[in-house]
Amino acid sequence: MQISKDKFKVVGTQLGEAERISKPSLSFWKDVFIRFRKNKLALFGLVLLGLLIFMAIFGPYMTPYDYASNDLGNKNQPPSSEHWFGTDDLGRDMFARTWEGARISIFIGVAAAVIDLIIGVFWGGIAGYKGGRTDEGMMRFADILYGVPYLLLVILLMVVLGQGLSTMIIAMSITGWINMSRIVRGQVLSLKNQEYVLAAKTLGANTSRIMSKHLIPNSMGPILVTMTLTIPSAIFTEAFLSFIGLGLTPPIASWGTMANDGLAAMRYYPWRLFFPAIFICLTIFAFNVVGDGLRDALDPRMRK
Amino acid sequence: MAKYIGKRLLYMILSLWMIVTATFFFMRIAPGNPFASEKKLPPEIEANLNAHFGLDKPWYAQYWEYLVRIVNWDFGPSFKYKSQTVNDLINEGFPVSFLLGMEAIFIAVAIGVILGIVAALKHNRWPDYTAMIVAVLGISVPSFIMASFLQYFLAIKMGIFPVARWESFMHSVLPAVALASTPMAFIARLTRSSMLEVLANDYIKTAKSKGLSRGVITVKHTIRNALLPVVTYMGPLTAGILTGSFVIERIFGIPGLGAHFVTSINNRDYTVIMGVTVFYSILLLVSILLVDIAYGIIDPRIKLAGGKKGE
Repeated sequence: MQISKDKFKVVGTQLGEAERISKPSLSFWKDVFIRFRKNKLALFGLVLLGLLIFMAIFGPYMTPYDYASNDLGNKNQPPSSEHWFGTDDLGRDMFARTWEGARISIFIGVAAAVIDLIIGVFWGGIAGYKGGRTDEGMMRFADILYGVPYLLLVILLMVVLGQGLSTMIIAMSITGWINMSRIVRGQVLSLKNQEYVLAAKTLGANTSRIMSKHLIPNSMGPILVTMTLTIPSAIFTEAFLSFIGLGLTPPIASWGTMANDGLAAMRYYPWRLFFPAIFICLTIFAFNVVGDGLRDALDPRMRK
Repeated sequence: MAKYIGKRLLYMILSLWMIVTATFFFMRIAPGNPFASEKKLPPEIEANLNAHFGLDKPWYAQYWEYLVRIVNWDFGPSFKYKSQTVNDLINEGFPVSFLLGMEAIFIAVAIGVILGIVAALKHNRWPDYTAMIVAVLGISVPSFIMASFLQYFLAIKMGIFPVARWESFMHSVLPAVALASTPMAFIARLTRSSMLEVLANDYIKTAKSKGLSRGVITVKHTIRNALLPVVTYMGPLTAGILTGSFVIERIFGIPGLGAHFVTSINNRDYTVIMGVTVFYSILLLVSILLVDIAYGIIDPRIKLAGGKKGE
């Protein structure tokens, strides 16, 4: 086959052009977000979570009724245009109570996750960075504590310390931090021998600076995933404790106490169980799906 | 392997010792003395009661006695019901809880594994999506909500199952399903991901090129290997079923140990709470240890890792 020479053109050597990176550079978190966005279920979870948090903040103001004031003339009303989610056995508006409960439940979840984060990062970070005997001792202690059944210990603490919001969060945190500390330790162990840590050491950075500026920020991914998955389990634990009679005391509305009250009246006033139950499920679902999505997005093995 | 078991046994005993010690000291700082709720007792009677329960001795003597009693499988008396001991409660309630728990474990493992296998074999097609939606729902719906919905719709509204009580097999179906729903979802997810991992292995390709039938490949080469990680889940599964039973037995009015435990919590019957907690802890830690040992026996690869760990 003949190909005429004028179909070709000398373009010269353009080394600079070949080396140019045409794709805009992405920061690590942008990259994570792009992968996260591809996961439809996780994105749906994020939107749902946004809605739930929005309603937790503004929901109680959307109705003229207060979550704690009784109205005995209007008790056990089914959902209507007046009381959107109906009323309970003391005539309290369920819509106001549901979103007040959302505040409490989400607060408990976030507070438990933050306390786990603080203790876990300290414990795991120090154990992983110091290594040797310190690591051995600290992690053995964590192992033994980890063997103690979580819910049983929480129940025991609630019985002894008495019911209340702060005791509940404390009880959940006593063994809750161990998971976080293990993850942080693993991260720190794998990162501490990298060159940039050596470089920082050579430049005279002290331990706390290396930890706070280099090791912890680089472990942020797994830490964030663990936190996101701690929140639904704390919300579950709150509801569970309320269900076995160790929950918050009235008039505080939490989803767990509302569901517990609703259960007793389920046969005749099912909406009193239905609304808190549905929102417990939706919230746990949203956090779980977002956490899973985040984990997949952060996992480098998933990167194409 | 022996070294590994020994090490695990030591940790288990330490964890148990920790919870026994914690229960002992919690009981001492718990608000009120055990007889506080009753009428003011004459001092002589109170002294007699204290002597009867050994409360007049110094704390270390009481602590030692407590440890000895636990080792001898005696979980102490009930302060509310004078004639009943924790051992009586366990003997009476545990068989019921055990039966319910076994039924739930059977449902969770059987349906979970089947869902996971189907999802993996039909990867990225509708059976996969359906199974995974079921799994996400199972994880998001706490067992007590599942229980109350099942009770409301299937028992109260449709009347297919009895509403409550513990009399026949039909009575046990709803509680067992409610108890099984969350672990079933976890098992389905675990089975699916482990199946997918195994299916990507070269020996599956080899089996296919040898001309083996799909059925043989699936049963002999894939499922057998894929089920190994599921065995590790048996420990958390036991824990989930056990704690789940507290609420499920309450909702369905089943006279098991879980329901007794919740009643004692509501009565603030401290000695029963402590005794049952210790019993549950022993049960749980022993079953987790057994699962780990079983796993080491089933999966020959774990022996190497275990040996290395022990050094």
